[in-house]
Amino acid sequence: MCQSCGCGDTGVAALDIHDKVLAANDCMALHNRGHFARRGILALNLMGSPGAGKTAIVEATSSALKGRARLGAVSGDLATDRDARRLRQAGVPALTITTGSACHLDAAMVHRALDSFRSAALDIFVIENVGNLVCPAIYDLGQAANVVALSVTEGEDKPLKYPPIFRAADLVLLTKIDLLPHLSGLSVAAFEESLSHVMPEPRIIPISARTGEGISDWIDWITDRLAASSAVPSPQGEQQT
Amino acid sequence: MHEYSIVQALLARVEQEARAHGASAVLRVRVRVGAVSGVEPELLACAYEFFRVRTLCERAELNIDRVEEQWACRACRTTVERGAVLLCPRCGAPARLIQGDEIMLERIEMEVP
Repeated sequence: MCQSCGCGDTGVAALDIHDKVLAANDCMALHNRGHFARRGILALNLMGSPGAGKTAIVEATSSALKGRARLGAVSGDLATDRDARRLRQAGVPALTITTGSACHLDAAMVHRALDSFRSAALDIFVIENVGNLVCPAIYDLGQAANVVALSVTEGEDKPLKYPPIFRAADLVLLTKIDLLPHLSGLSVAAFEESLSHVMPEPRIIPISARTGEGISDWIDWITDRLAASSAVPSPQGEQQT
Repeated sequence: MHEYSIVQALLARVEQEARAHGASAVLRVRVRVGAVSGVEPELLACAYEFFRVRTLCERAELNIDRVEEQWACRACRTTVERGAVLLCPRCGAPARLIQGDEIMLERIEMEVP
């Protein structure tokens, strides 16, 4: 019987569901998370606007960690293989996920891409999301942490204008700080203030991939995370996927 | 415009539930969308109009309940004003979002034989 208006219509049934609309994506993300955990891989979801410096961060990270940790990466873009090509030139095994018109990566896209990294022994897997401050925040990919790249030239008000992505961030990398002297009235403190309204525990590391400033702080942050993720024991006899 | 992918996920789930219950059609879909979920209700409704064609939801109305953003202290549960620095005004502990980020499928009404 109809349970919504009491009309007594016997052909109508109501069903309470109370579940996330993106439950299927979350399920796939959980699968990816298990995949990374079993291999002791630290997976990072690197988000940010187009041109925020995401690829430059991966390049700088790979070079700073040379000989200490092995990086792999996927880059999400609407078109072209440019970012992954750049990363491969920097010695990082990398693949492009071409999304067509999709503005974000989802867990299934990452899962499909992981197939290509089966034989690669990795410590860190960077998922360089599609350049966008809105959509990527909603989709769990199975990452251990969300890192948002925010370049100083974007302005200190971006966290206030695009709260979901910064709220979901474990770390904000304030990029291109070598340009700060050219931006009058702008300071790292202004970005911190703005972040404190959308991130309960703001964590920000100012960096410049060009001058190398701050990169060692970022590497320390990764190294701490890496120690935590490799400390997870592999369940015995579990099927590798 | 991720509302398209959200609607596709929504329709897939609703159709799966409807088929599992032997429904011939879905008459109403009710969702709950948080103010800071990153989903725009108007765009969601627009995407729904586009994607419901030729699905079990072709005739189903989409009801969207909006949920306000609310923050509270993690430790003592004191309310932290929206837009304020996200620290408890009483004890200084970081705040926690208690509602406003949800994208939930709440309920469907179906035509059953």
